Amino acid sequence: MHLSIPRLYCSIVVLLLPGAASAAEDLRGTGDLGVVIERAAGQLKVISTSERAALATVPGLGDLSHASVVFSRDGRFAFVFGRDGGLTKVDLLTASIVNRVLQSGNSIGGAISQDGTLIAVSNYEPGGVRVFDSETLKLVADIPADHGGVLSKVVGLVDAPGNRFVFSLFDAGQIWIADFAAAERPQLHKFPAVGKQPYDALLTPDGRYYIAGLFGEDGFALVDLWHLDKGVRRILGDYGRGEEKMPVYKMPHLEGWAIANQAAFVPAIGRHEVLVINTDDWAPRAAIAVHGQPVFVMAQPDGRHVWVNYAFPNNGVVQIIDTETLTIAHTLSPGKAILHMEFTPRGEHVWISARDDDRVLVYDTRTLENIATLAADKPSGIFFTARANRIGL
Amino acid sequence: MRRSVAALLPLLPIGGALAGGDVSPARATELEHLLRHDCGSCHGMRLTGGLGPALTGAALEEKSPISLQQTILAGHPGTAMPPWAGILSADDVRWLVEALRAGKFDAP
Repeated sequence: MHLSIPRLYCSIVVLLLPGAASAAEDLRGTGDLGVVIERAAGQLKVISTSERAALATVPGLGDLSHASVVFSRDGRFAFVFGRDGGLTKVDLLTASIVNRVLQSGNSIGGAISQDGTLIAVSNYEPGGVRVFDSETLKLVADIPADHGGVLSKVVGLVDAPGNRFVFSLFDAGQIWIADFAAAERPQLHKFPAVGKQPYDALLTPDGRYYIAGLFGEDGFALVDLWHLDKGVRRILGDYGRGEEKMPVYKMPHLEGWAIANQAAFVPAIGRHEVLVINTDDWAPRAAIAVHGQPVFVMAQPDGRHVWVNYAFPNNGVVQIIDTETLTIAHTLSPGKAILHMEFTPRGEHVWISARDDDRVLVYDTRTLENIATLAADKPSGIFFTARANRIGL
Repeated sequence: MRRSVAALLPLLPIGGALAGGDVSPARATELEHLLRHDCGSCHGMRLTGGLGPALTGAALEEKSPISLQQTILAGHPGTAMPPWAGILSADDVRWLVEALRAGKFDAP
């Protein structure tokens, strides 16, 4: 147990002694909590966005290269997906591990179902998706990503309305939908030949469109989850055709899908550009020249600005795009190796991890002032509990 | 960028390709950091693999050092492996390949 804040410690006592007179004042909600992954140490920090401070450290999470997190629908538990196939359920209030399973040899991320009962993990080794009961972490379904007898690495796993999970097969160039509306009899819907090497994907905030970025060819593969019979449509397929791409030292992430001002903002792969697409007809609107190859392109919750960080070796800079003028409004240099950004639920602050400075910086999104700095050991992903209430994260 | 392997061959000193590269202790520290955190994006911070293959000593011992050096410098077309020439020198790459094959960076 690593509890540094007396209030949290008290809340445990309260749980044990429900009749205690001072219980009410010591209880707390989780709506302003979150976690920061400390990748090299294999641990996370539980943080409070109100106090702008770390409350506790939870060690023992295994290999957290490329770790990601989803939250239970009550916002109390974090499910941490590690590179070593570890799936760990962490209680934010007691800052302790509730359960942990090594569910595969090598995994990349996961999702929680619409009803909160299922946790899906996308695996590289063995390639496929495994689905677990969110209460017990017991295996519910195993979906090998089999294409012609070979297992494909799986990327871009998201939850979708109807208790569905949608994911992409990197090696096979396919998109699959696993429908758990009847959890005991999951149904698979497969889209073959969506394009070469889908590397990540996203779901629009309304849960309707699943869009996979392609590494092996130009453009994105789009599925309308309202009309599966329409098949897969290629968007931005002609963008950059025939031009040399730059070497890609870090794959862009599409999970931080940015929709603002009737446009979607996505990272161009192998280019120093953010692409802007109309959300009504999915036609390209603009390409914004930026500082480097974008990794995360994330809209402030109010949609006024889009924040962008970059791949090695241009990863010390964050740029802020004005979503009306489609120009760079500001350029910040928060530190060395900026890996991730997470907005507070209503967007007044953004938390930014600077891996090689061993710190997390909190910025006011209006004044762009650095209002707090937290020490963290090689911080990577930052995840706030508000994600529990959003589709497709 | 799809630079051919052949174009990069002259960068490798003839006869010196098999020897471990000489790098300063400071550069060695930088290279290990780059390996874990930037190569680690695809190969895993503990080098056990991810989108790219594992780079542990056991995984690489059967591979030719020269072809590994060429893959790092020139990339591997058709995969997500980019060319690192321009960021890493031939000495850097020789040192990295030798250390990787010796399992110097393997997780305990």
